[in-house]
Amino acid sequence: MTARRSGEVVLEVQNISLRFGGVKALSDITFDVREHEIRAIIGPNGAGKSSMLNCINGVYQPQEGSISLRGKTFRHMNSRQVAEMGVARTFQNLALFKGMSVLDNIMTGRNLKMTTNIFQQAIRWGAAEREETAQRIVVERIIDFLEIQPYRKTPVGQLPYGLQKRVDLGRALAMEPTVLLLDEPMAGMNVEEKQDMSRFILDVNDEFGCTIVLIEHDMSVVMDISDRVVVLDYGKKIGDGSPEEVRNNPEVIKAYLGTAH
Amino acid sequence: MSPTFPRLLLDHAARRPSAPALREKDFGIWQTLTWSELAALVRAMACGLAEAGLQRGQHLVVIGENRPRLYAAMLATQALGAIPVPLYQDAAATEFVFPIGNAEVAFAIVEDQEQVDKMIEVRATCPQVAHIWYDDPRGLRNYSEPGLAPLDALVAAGRAWDEKHPGFFEAEVAKAKASDVAALFFTSGTTGNPKGVVHTHETLIDRAAAGARFDKLTADDEVLAYLPPAWIGQNIFSYAQWLVCGYIVNCPESAGTVTIDLKEIGPTYYFAPPSVFENLLTSVMIRMEDAGRPKRWLFDRAMALARRVGPALMDGKPVGALDRFRYALGKVLIYAPLRNTLGFSRVRVAYTAGEAIGPDLFTFYRSLGINLKQLYGSTETAVFVCLQPDNEARADTVGVPIEGVEIKVADSGEILIRSPGLLKEYYKNPAATAEVLSADGWYRTGDAGFMDAAGHLKIIDRAKDVGRLAGGANDGALFAPKYVENKLKFFPYIKQAVAFGDRREKVCAFINIDLQAVGNWAEKRNLPYGGYTDLSQKKEVCELIRDCVQKVNADLATDDKLAGGQISRFLILHKELDADDGELTRTAKVRRGFIGERYDVLVDALYSGKSEQFVETAVRFEDGRVGKVAATLKIVDAETFKPVGRAA
Repeated sequence: MTARRSGEVVLEVQNISLRFGGVKALSDITFDVREHEIRAIIGPNGAGKSSMLNCINGVYQPQEGSISLRGKTFRHMNSRQVAEMGVARTFQNLALFKGMSVLDNIMTGRNLKMTTNIFQQAIRWGAAEREETAQRIVVERIIDFLEIQPYRKTPVGQLPYGLQKRVDLGRALAMEPTVLLLDEPMAGMNVEEKQDMSRFILDVNDEFGCTIVLIEHDMSVVMDISDRVVVLDYGKKIGDGSPEEVRNNPEVIKAYLGTAH
Repeated sequence: MSPTFPRLLLDHAARRPSAPALREKDFGIWQTLTWSELAALVRAMACGLAEAGLQRGQHLVVIGENRPRLYAAMLATQALGAIPVPLYQDAAATEFVFPIGNAEVAFAIVEDQEQVDKMIEVRATCPQVAHIWYDDPRGLRNYSEPGLAPLDALVAAGRAWDEKHPGFFEAEVAKAKASDVAALFFTSGTTGNPKGVVHTHETLIDRAAAGARFDKLTADDEVLAYLPPAWIGQNIFSYAQWLVCGYIVNCPESAGTVTIDLKEIGPTYYFAPPSVFENLLTSVMIRMEDAGRPKRWLFDRAMALARRVGPALMDGKPVGALDRFRYALGKVLIYAPLRNTLGFSRVRVAYTAGEAIGPDLFTFYRSLGINLKQLYGSTETAVFVCLQPDNEARADTVGVPIEGVEIKVADSGEILIRSPGLLKEYYKNPAATAEVLSADGWYRTGDAGFMDAAGHLKIIDRAKDVGRLAGGANDGALFAPKYVENKLKFFPYIKQAVAFGDRREKVCAFINIDLQAVGNWAEKRNLPYGGYTDLSQKKEVCELIRDCVQKVNADLATDDKLAGGQISRFLILHKELDADDGELTRTAKVRRGFIGERYDVLVDALYSGKSEQFVETAVRFEDGRVGKVAATLKIVDAETFKPVGRAA
């Protein structure tokens, strides 16, 4: 685990502040993410983890600060533009199309890569058909990678939760992202499913070369698989460093366990 | 020139180069490998192996699911006159140590990371394993073990080597004699270390051909290969007979997709142990229970008719015109769609072997018009000894001896066989060889049985397991544990059973409930339970199982020979018997002696008259970790019946 290749900074978050009316969700957050690392964001409930991810993702527009991706700085960019820059994400509460098959759900992740228009696709002839075949190859590789071949044609709503999480990951991978944002990939899973998911995250990092930013509650998972950890509490950064450093940081211990007054 | 497996391959490649040999579902599509492509692949692999130093007579282990490139690896090994040793892919690393050490294996071709990890573990005790090649590179990118390389590298190196040494491959294939050793199969063995069964090209090819003639198999048949290739049954059906007949072998996408793949392929020739047929039936029944009332009514009516008429139709017996019409109607509405769902639409010949099959289960498939039959054989006999002819399939026999086979029953009741398919020897184990092979060529099967009036062989148990009760009311009564266990296992609620009784005053049994079937049964009765252990000790479940046991007793009471062996007490085990804990063999047979020792507290409790017993057991998880399960087990008395002589 120690000798992972992590290179230069790909994502830089500088002095981000985000307010919803009078509520300060994030104040003055700064951290960076290096090429090919697994970077965790942890913190108690309401610490601002998902808000942070939503800022990177372009869903929220922070009032202050900037985010740069491979040296390109942006303040106002929508989620589509961010996606086009190679950032994909999964969702805490699974925004999958429940009635659609696993295959179709993952195929939606290829949306940005499609060049034919909706009318060509509706007729499914010529260029549209060739394109679908090409996209299907990519999707099939992901299905193979995530070992969900038995459920290819199963409607997602019928699958157990752990498998739905995997499909969610598959859809994000279908974008061929360079940076992957995972919002609580292991929430609500049992131990075995968590182990499987951890393995997939490490494999994605390894085989696809994705840089991964991960929000997670389960501390043992975070400590096992991440290279560096950012700790948030009440919208402020209270710790940043290797899992070992973070674990011994008195601020972090206080935020997680509380202290006697 | 006498046939060897590599020569059969080259023959197919020459005669029908573009015909499909193997198919594998990969990335959602069935990908075909033709005979000529396969021959080219085997050629490259063989050259690569030769360059790596594989010598004539050396062994090479092949570990993995049914994968075209692993089949090619076996052929490539045989092409060099070396010997492939297929091992069970789901076995733990420690179980590989004995065979790899015993056969002095220095070369391994394995499927994926899981198997590579195990081989690396094995290396600690078997440092002679110099080369490990893997088919699927996933997750292996950062491995830097010496001698570890992808199969692609072996093939590429082989191609280059082949160009520099033209004619080498042909010369190697030509050197082989039919009497050379073709493969080494390690038998799972219910006691002691496994034994390596040595088979020659001659023995395997002879039996494969005899079986093919018996069932008129052709190059047009299709097979789905999904059981472990280390099991001789799978090896014969998808390797030996594949090369003899030249039919198409299909490899499923993954273990989880077998039922989907089965439906897509629709094999014409099918082989499975009874447990597979049982699981298929259970899944159908569970889905039917969830179906709407009209569908269920229709299904029940159609199946009742099928049970009454179907087997007679299969056996070519006379059936009335009205029933024929009804059956035809049932076929349109139920039987044909059901067969399609099961993946049996095109099945011409289906076999079950390895264990006894329940009469209800057997009849179910035959009544649908599926030509399910039984056969008798073992690793040592290259499978084909007795087969049931098309019109003579029965649940309680295993068929008639086929061409080349002679059978006699020893005074002890043990069955002896002489056939061209007998093993050459047990590898490096002349004592064990001498024990089973007599000088005049008779092989001792170790099975007890007899030939019935119709000339069919009937097996009752392993000869050494047939015992007698001692003391008590039924002193000296015959006790065939497996016969009793099988009768118990024919109930859907009972997954495994272990009977004790030899040299004891009565018969007692351990029962393993079937979680799926009993769980469903409990759900229907609104019976809450928390997991396997809890369910197994419910009062209602104990009563359910007691009914089953008493039905078996009533059945045994009608048997002339085995009436004394009725079960008087039993308990339901708190955990499933598992091959990982050494309680079952890899082919899911109970290891009675081992279980008796492991649970000696429970055996004592059964015989000492206690009404419950506390027990704590270590369990081994798939990843090798060890946990504990503890429970207090209820011990239940079952009613036994007076023997009723058979109706005169």
